[in-house]
Amino acid sequence: MRTSRDADVEDETFPKLVKVNAERFPRKVAIREKDYGIWQSYTWREYFEQSRLIALGLASLGFARGDKVAIVGDNRPQLYWAVMATQALGGVPVPLYQDSGEKEMAYIVEHAEARFAVVEDQEQVDKLLHVKAQCPRLEHIVYDDARGLRSYPEPFLASLAALQDRGRQFAEAHPGCFEAEMAKGRAEDTAIICYTSGTTGTPKGAMLSHRNLIVTARNAVAFEGLGADEEILSYLPMAWVGDHVFSYAQSIVTGFTANCPESAATVLQDLKEIGPTYFFAPPRIWESLLTTVMLRIEDCAWPKRTMAQFFLALAQEIERHRLSDQPAPLWRRLLYLIGRLLVYAPLRDNLGMRRVRRAYTAGEAIGPEIFLFFRSLGVNVKQLYGMTEASVFVTIQKDGDVRLDTVGTPVPEVEIRISTEGEVLYRSPGVFQGYYRNPEATRQTLEAGWLRSGDAGFLDAGGHLKIIDRAKDVTRLTDGTIFPPKYLENKLKFSPYVKEAVCIGQARSFVTALVNIDLSAVGNWAERRNIAYTSYTDLSQKPEVYELIRGEVARVNRSLLEDELLRAAQIRRFLILHKELDPDDEEITRTRKIRRSYIAKKYEALIEALYGKADHVQVEAQVTYEDGRTGTIRADVRIEDVEAAEALA
Amino acid sequence: MVVRGAAAGESVTGSDATGPLLEVDGVSVRFGALLALNRVSLEIQRGEVVAIIGPNGAGKTTLLNVISGFYHPYEGRIVFDGQDRTRLRPPDVAALGVARTFQNVALFKGMSVLDNIMTGRLLKMKGHFLLDALWWGPARRQELQHRAFVERIIDFLEIQAIRKMPAARLPYGLQKRVELARALAAEPELLLLDEPMAGMNVEEKEDMCRFILDVNEEFGTTIALIEHDMGVVMDISDRVAVLDYGRKIADGTPDEVRKDQAVLDAYLGVAHD
Repeated sequence: MRTSRDADVEDETFPKLVKVNAERFPRKVAIREKDYGIWQSYTWREYFEQSRLIALGLASLGFARGDKVAIVGDNRPQLYWAVMATQALGGVPVPLYQDSGEKEMAYIVEHAEARFAVVEDQEQVDKLLHVKAQCPRLEHIVYDDARGLRSYPEPFLASLAALQDRGRQFAEAHPGCFEAEMAKGRAEDTAIICYTSGTTGTPKGAMLSHRNLIVTARNAVAFEGLGADEEILSYLPMAWVGDHVFSYAQSIVTGFTANCPESAATVLQDLKEIGPTYFFAPPRIWESLLTTVMLRIEDCAWPKRTMAQFFLALAQEIERHRLSDQPAPLWRRLLYLIGRLLVYAPLRDNLGMRRVRRAYTAGEAIGPEIFLFFRSLGVNVKQLYGMTEASVFVTIQKDGDVRLDTVGTPVPEVEIRISTEGEVLYRSPGVFQGYYRNPEATRQTLEAGWLRSGDAGFLDAGGHLKIIDRAKDVTRLTDGTIFPPKYLENKLKFSPYVKEAVCIGQARSFVTALVNIDLSAVGNWAERRNIAYTSYTDLSQKPEVYELIRGEVARVNRSLLEDELLRAAQIRRFLILHKELDPDDEEITRTRKIRRSYIAKKYEALIEALYGKADHVQVEAQVTYEDGRTGTIRADVRIEDVEAAEALA
Repeated sequence: MVVRGAAAGESVTGSDATGPLLEVDGVSVRFGALLALNRVSLEIQRGEVVAIIGPNGAGKTTLLNVISGFYHPYEGRIVFDGQDRTRLRPPDVAALGVARTFQNVALFKGMSVLDNIMTGRLLKMKGHFLLDALWWGPARRQELQHRAFVERIIDFLEIQAIRKMPAARLPYGLQKRVELARALAAEPELLLLDEPMAGMNVEEKEDMCRFILDVNEEFGTTIALIEHDMGVVMDISDRVAVLDYGRKIADGTPDEVRKDQAVLDAYLGVAHD
């Protein structure tokens, strides 16, 4: 299977490739970070040099090959350098979600046996100090931003700058040490352990080798024709394999520039300033972008609003035609050209998507309406199907061969097979080495080189992969109607007012929904109607808000009517949850996937009430604050019926 | 949240004098028949966080106003950095290195957050009418320098996302933070905060506490603050002074003040005749 290009390939590691970049384009910008209001740039030569100093600093602390380094923080050049530094010494970086609580962090730090941690700032240091008390194996904590940390007395704490100084001195005493360690690296070495959040059970650490990542990144680069001139925004959590592949692996393999936003709150502004050419986002980001656009449009004066709504509807109609290969009427296409001038191009520019040549939605199924919206504006969004265990890429939609309901064709060197139970299996050079310290899980996932995805799907006549849902989530109502919850939820989430939804129907006679409102969108809507509210809970239970959401549910029901199979899966009763589903409460994962079994247990009383007769129900919910404390929210939640949409006979 | 008070004098500012940074010496202020401050004396050491507490109308804000030169005492002295400056006007006090925030937020509503904070640098700018108008040469260099400093504060207080927003559109908690940023832009030696956490929710209060401690630690700024939330006061101050009816009734570490009988009486309400 593997093409043996030459002997060098066996030795290829990311640090070696960075060194090549530093020689090949020393003055080209490798990474930028917006800091103090200005985009600060670092060239490939600086990238290599900074990483080298960090590595030497770690070496001076007694770093041994195979040591694990926990990396926690927002996307920062310094943290990417720490990844490279660790790899150069033959260690394994373990990035963690920066917003996870102490308990979660302690689990991973303990399980990964991390000896070092490189973190962003005081917030993370405080968490890790608590973690360290439970995980004695953790010896050193290094931080980048010293603010608030100067009076911390702990001897095992050091700033990154101090570590690099140590590195400089260490290099003088041990010349050639770094180069020698780096040269020992092999392509088969584990390059990173990504802990997957998982919708069930405890996190599992997927080990990916340098070869896994390098070959997969190169294949995708070739498939898409990416060049060294791409600009990307590195804003997704470093712990997510996607960010690692796009911002680290692909950036190093091609030499393109990664840009780190100023803070999580400024991502939209930074996106506009950078104008990336290559952009990736999970569906929730596309959803929130759409919500922003819709809110702005509603705030416009009516001539503008009417114009925007007219042209957006037109664009979607034309895009639908385009995707189904039936050309739209000529005059409609001419109108589209006017729309491009008046609406689409300015809007794209405002979103920071003017220069986007290709964009991906990945991580989860995207609602077709959301997908269509961005494509209709002229943004080349494509669906990508990938998994941590595959070094991301399994299938991508080819340019010009994009469809609403499939996730595209396999990227080079990926083979797909459907098991007799309908589960998607694949094999590729990107398939991981296994789960760290979990041979049982590895055995369950890897079968004779084939990886079990856990997704139900099939290959259509054109070789496109179509994913139905998580294999275990697709169920049936009592009358035998197929019930794919995700599909319905995505339809609900097309509404800017719905942030999250959970549909229930397995072995029930009809479908019901728990809805989470979007605080900013509904809050804004309420303000314009002079509806006063005090809190999220209060707003969520306003009769007006129920009226609003009922309208959205009715819309979904009408669209289900068009689908022969799902006609009977209309949502008949719903309630609006009094609190937001939150990863801290373990209701959704850090990548915002719904944990159904957990929710079914936690909201059992609410779900039973949905299938009872009452029009309201009392609840108490436990909430967990970011620092790990818990509190209780009490509320009286209303339940409402929705008329089923009937076909007009 | 872990809140730690930096020990007094741990971080000392640039000035190498060793005496207290500020001495309020037997100061009285009278509004007509009302004696708002009655021979109050207070010393603030370099690098300290001092809280001034007391029931409503005890004279806390009046004391801050006297320190910042807004009111002048009819008796007593105010010594800043070893020099008597009882009679100075507010701009002169500001020039000496005293900055403050207000109980009711006092921002320029229509101006952006950035411009609001830039006004905190005004005292440090040397203007030249013509060069400023042309934004040329030294004028340009000067503005860039000041902007760079302001950006450090924006980064410090984590308000990057609202840099360009008009101040009036911000929620209250953020306006308070912007006001703190403006005060910090003046690079004060002494920072006076009048109820920096009034009207905030628990989370905003925790953020503000951390910022105040970080300012104290990072810039070595001496801080005097008025606050009603006893939890906050006890957590972040090195020293607490208690006022009641214009008199100072206690002055000591949070623990000492907590146990002081006069303070308990003032707060729990012993009948005053």
